[in-house]
Amino acid sequence: MVKDFEVAMDGIRYKNTAKTVKDEKAERKGLLGRNLFRPWMLIIPPALFFAVFLIFPLLQILALSFTGAQSALTADSYVKFFSSDVYLKVIATTFRISIVVTLACLVLGYPVAYAMTVCSKRISCLIMIGVMIPFWTSLLVRTYAWMILLQTNGVINDILKTLGLIRQPLELMHNELGIYVGMTHILLPYMILSLYPVMQGIDRNLILASRTLGAKKGYTFFRVFVPLSMPGVSCGSIIVFVSSIGYYITPSLLGGTKNVMISQTIQAQINKLMNWPFASSISVVLLVLTYIILFLSKKIMHVEKLW
Amino acid sequence: MMLWIVAALIMLFLVLPVLIIVPMSFSSSRYLEFPPPGFSPQWYQAFFGNAQWVNSLKISFELAILTTILSLILGILAAEGLSKSEFRGKNAIIETFMMPMLVPGIIVGIAVYRFEAGINLSGTFSGLLIAHVLMAVPFVIRTALASLSGLNPNYELASRSLGANSFLTFLRVTVPMIKSALFSGAMFAFATSFDEIIVTQFLCGVQITTLPKRIWDGLNQQLDPTITAIAAIVIVFITAVMLLSNAKTLFGREPKYQIQEEIVLDDD
Repeated sequence: MVKDFEVAMDGIRYKNTAKTVKDEKAERKGLLGRNLFRPWMLIIPPALFFAVFLIFPLLQILALSFTGAQSALTADSYVKFFSSDVYLKVIATTFRISIVVTLACLVLGYPVAYAMTVCSKRISCLIMIGVMIPFWTSLLVRTYAWMILLQTNGVINDILKTLGLIRQPLELMHNELGIYVGMTHILLPYMILSLYPVMQGIDRNLILASRTLGAKKGYTFFRVFVPLSMPGVSCGSIIVFVSSIGYYITPSLLGGTKNVMISQTIQAQINKLMNWPFASSISVVLLVLTYIILFLSKKIMHVEKLW
Repeated sequence: MMLWIVAALIMLFLVLPVLIIVPMSFSSSRYLEFPPPGFSPQWYQAFFGNAQWVNSLKISFELAILTTILSLILGILAAEGLSKSEFRGKNAIIETFMMPMLVPGIIVGIAVYRFEAGINLSGTFSGLLIAHVLMAVPFVIRTALASLSGLNPNYELASRSLGANSFLTFLRVTVPMIKSALFSGAMFAFATSFDEIIVTQFLCGVQITTLPKRIWDGLNQQLDPTITAIAAIVIVFITAVMLLSNAKTLFGREPKYQIQEEIVLDDD
């Protein structure tokens, strides 16, 4: 009985499959085609795009930096760079400005991020909007705003004069002060946006535990909260520091001729002197410096993921 | 109390310099003085009456829209490929994709400029587009990759086992789940292109000039007050978007409960 039934079923099955032998073949072909596809293949178009338009041009710059007058292989540009006081001073200036800006962003960003974690949802949302408005506003517009504020007959000098606090206008831009103010303003949102999520994630019970064990408010803050917020501090500091090392627009508009940063010298070599080999070698130095700093800070501060 | 005063002062430092441009853009003075002596739309007339300004605004918009589309395509491909495969050197490839974000803009600028000048792309719209896509793709890859790696793979497996092929699964299951990441990636891409100046200043031609490049030229010569008009429009737009997108939290009632996105299976 059972066997008869099975034979009958086989017949039906056979009937059904017989109809679709062609389809099945097509399907098998499709399956084969599908099997050839691997997810990593999706990376090919973007990888090609990057290879052609980023890696190849960068290698060209690297080759150019070792090119001499008669297109011979030399390291002249590097010798010139490292043996000249002018360019070593530029590096020193760049580092000084970057360090000051990073510290300023940390000092200004920490209280704001902390305030956001202890206030009501509405207030913290309002602060976030206040952070996001400059964040999304173009760098150029914000630098322009600071030029309006800081110039000799600018808004700040006008207000100070009206209040009778000064007689002569203060020199607020075309010097290092202008660079500090402008760059801190532009990079502060990045610091706050790195600090806030880390602070938000700190377990409040740890603060309560410290308080119930008799620690005062200030002691708890510095011995419990601050250490727990360190991942945000190191992440934000690295982002701000690495960004400021390559800064170009803000220092060239708000700074003077005495405090030139590395990027500005590269630009000057290209636009004014057309010295491509030298500009290339400065670029290579800047690129290597950036990656050394990134590597070291990731190792020292144990930062897994920056962006 | 101290904390609130300090935080408020810092917020003023952050917001006031940006917002001050708005009243100044309506100044009737010929110079940039504050407070403005009177009201006048003269800088808006100067901006929109000048064919060069309007043309550069148009070019910037076209560039930003095309950049957003192209970097979404390239970024999604890269992120999906990277999240679904494991191979040696994967981290090196991710690092390479992030390079335009980390490498100082001036270096990318001179490298791309030199390369594009060699193949007669410098000064053309496509030359600018390529550079802008290069600068914008990292933001899309980063947001999409973060979102994809946090995804529960069971949804995709369920879709595949129900007979959908991998493309359909990606389109109908994966994309809806990473929608918000793609949206923020697209916003970053648009803003990157619309603001880009460091690489752009090398690549702009006589005919093809973007808005930031024209502002940059205006700033280097003298402080042209016409810039306040377009700057004020951008700032008001950003502020409005920020306020509207957060209107619920700002003006509405506090939500009683949140809908959990992850479905938890009962195991009793």
